[in-house]
Amino acid sequence: MTGSISLGGERRAAWFQPAGILPGFWPAFGFSALYLSLIVLVPLSAVFLKTATASWAHFWGAATSPAVLASFRLSFGASFAAALVNAVFGFVVAWVLVRYRFPGKRLVDALVDLPFALPTAVAGIALTTLCTQSGWIGRALAPWGIRVAFTRLGVLVALVFIGVPFVVRSVQPVLADADREIEEAAISLGANRWQVFTRVVFPLVRPALLAGFAMAFARGLGEYGSVVFIAGNMPMKTEIAPLLIITKLEQYDYTGATAIALVMLVASFALLLAINLLQWRSRRFAEAE
Amino acid sequence: MTRIQRILAAFVVMAAGFGQAGQGSVTLLNVSYDPTRELYQDYNAAFSKYWKAKTGVEVTVKQSHGGSGKQARAVIDGLQADVVTLALAYDIDAIAEKAGVLPKNWQSRLPNNSAPYTSTIVFLVRKGNPKRIKDWNDLVRPGIAVITPNPKTSGGARWNYLAAWGYAMRQNGNDETKAQDFVTRLYKNVPVLDSGARGATTTFVERGIGDVLLAWENEAFLAIDELGKDKFDLVVPSVSILAEPPVSLVDKVAGQHGTTAVAKAYLEYLYSPEGQEVAARNYYRPRLQEVATRYGNRFPRLELFTIDEQFGGWLKAQKKHFEDGGVFDRIYQPGR
Repeated sequence: MTGSISLGGERRAAWFQPAGILPGFWPAFGFSALYLSLIVLVPLSAVFLKTATASWAHFWGAATSPAVLASFRLSFGASFAAALVNAVFGFVVAWVLVRYRFPGKRLVDALVDLPFALPTAVAGIALTTLCTQSGWIGRALAPWGIRVAFTRLGVLVALVFIGVPFVVRSVQPVLADADREIEEAAISLGANRWQVFTRVVFPLVRPALLAGFAMAFARGLGEYGSVVFIAGNMPMKTEIAPLLIITKLEQYDYTGATAIALVMLVASFALLLAINLLQWRSRRFAEAE
Repeated sequence: MTRIQRILAAFVVMAAGFGQAGQGSVTLLNVSYDPTRELYQDYNAAFSKYWKAKTGVEVTVKQSHGGSGKQARAVIDGLQADVVTLALAYDIDAIAEKAGVLPKNWQSRLPNNSAPYTSTIVFLVRKGNPKRIKDWNDLVRPGIAVITPNPKTSGGARWNYLAAWGYAMRQNGNDETKAQDFVTRLYKNVPVLDSGARGATTTFVERGIGDVLLAWENEAFLAIDELGKDKFDLVVPSVSILAEPPVSLVDKVAGQHGTTAVAKAYLEYLYSPEGQEVAARNYYRPRLQEVATRYGNRFPRLELFTIDEQFGGWLKAQKKHFEDGGVFDRIYQPGR
């Protein structure tokens, strides 16, 4: 809980708050900072440094060419849409897995993690095979004029596939921990099912749902392996930003590649920060209620 | 074997691999591109035998395969290649320029522009050629789906593109506007741009997408060999590009490894009758006339132009066609 007691009169207590009475805050904090720096910050700062060697004109030219802008729109748009789809259906899956008992439940539970473990190229190839005009799904959709493979819809399908576990796995434990008595109390106080859901269940899982959404979104932005197979990679239409990074590298245009990477990095960081803030507010809101 | 035993065995094998090569044995690393897997498997065995007989030294050649540009980047970033055998001279130029581990005049060190074998770009079509695709101009007909990878990410695809361009220039009296119009129409017929040559082959062969695949001659032969003669036909256009996949010693790395002599011999042996024989057996066109005659009817005759003749070298072709804002980018600009 966030209710905090400042231990001692030291100034640092106002900034750093050891959680509870366990000793070893400083070593643990120091280690976390070091670990994060080594694993996350050092590689990322290399991106910044590499970009810094380029002239501003080259950087700007690489980051704002029409093909690159189109790929940003596709990458951010499709990742956002896929995370949204996953937030809705991932919630439903988590709900079913927590609240119902049915034969084969463990199997279904294990299935959820498959997109984590499967090499993304395998996922991409399998999805593409299914979705082309001669594949099972592609053939079924063709009469309606819906084409999945080699269109933006295909990108969305791949991103939904790889993002499923994030929402399910973040919502599931929260739902499992949720006290059903609260729901029963709400019903006994005269709430209908819709009210129970919107006023009781949803606020409880909202932070976890946002966290799952953010992870699925971030994963979608960086995803390469599965998407390149199904997207068709047509310039200006279905080229995702990570593919353009590879393209630049193939041309030995290291600075161009890092320019795109940097824009993706900054934009993703801003978006994730915003989502985290939202999640933090939503948790406080839930606790205040 | 239990799992633990298996893991232990794996470690032993790895340790042996990392361990000092014993007396009288030497290891080379050949960094190559995708479609040469079969070729070099064959060739390495032949060379080991030859070198053992000549010097008594056991040579093990390790192979690394991948997209040509990717492989070149790995060498630039420090992959310890003794020799490189890549898809295009531009990639070895990049190694010379960016890493400085081999001299810039590398291409003049071995005969035939350092390309011991050649290949060309041909068409693979469905059995019986239902769309009657005979030559390049059939590829721009409306309703024909052409499969070729993205020339910005694939070395092989650059040869495809340049072959089409060369054909168009010949047909239109070297009128560049018309040639550009021709390749634009051709790429409008491409439903999916895979990032590599193998990916494009999969799209065409396994997924059944497209009417024609633009492919390396050796890849087309392999596809027919492996997937059955009853599924695909090979169509040879009237004119195509002479693809010269070059090889080079990586001087600095080989110098450090003390393998310069054997690495040089490895590349020179490619030009010998035995080396040429191996190349021809693996569907690469040999340079040596006697071997070429022996395999005469395997490699159909067609008019071939080189990249130097038509484009003035890789550097110019790359800059004009594939760099950002180049001709290829303009094909996909909206409003065309």
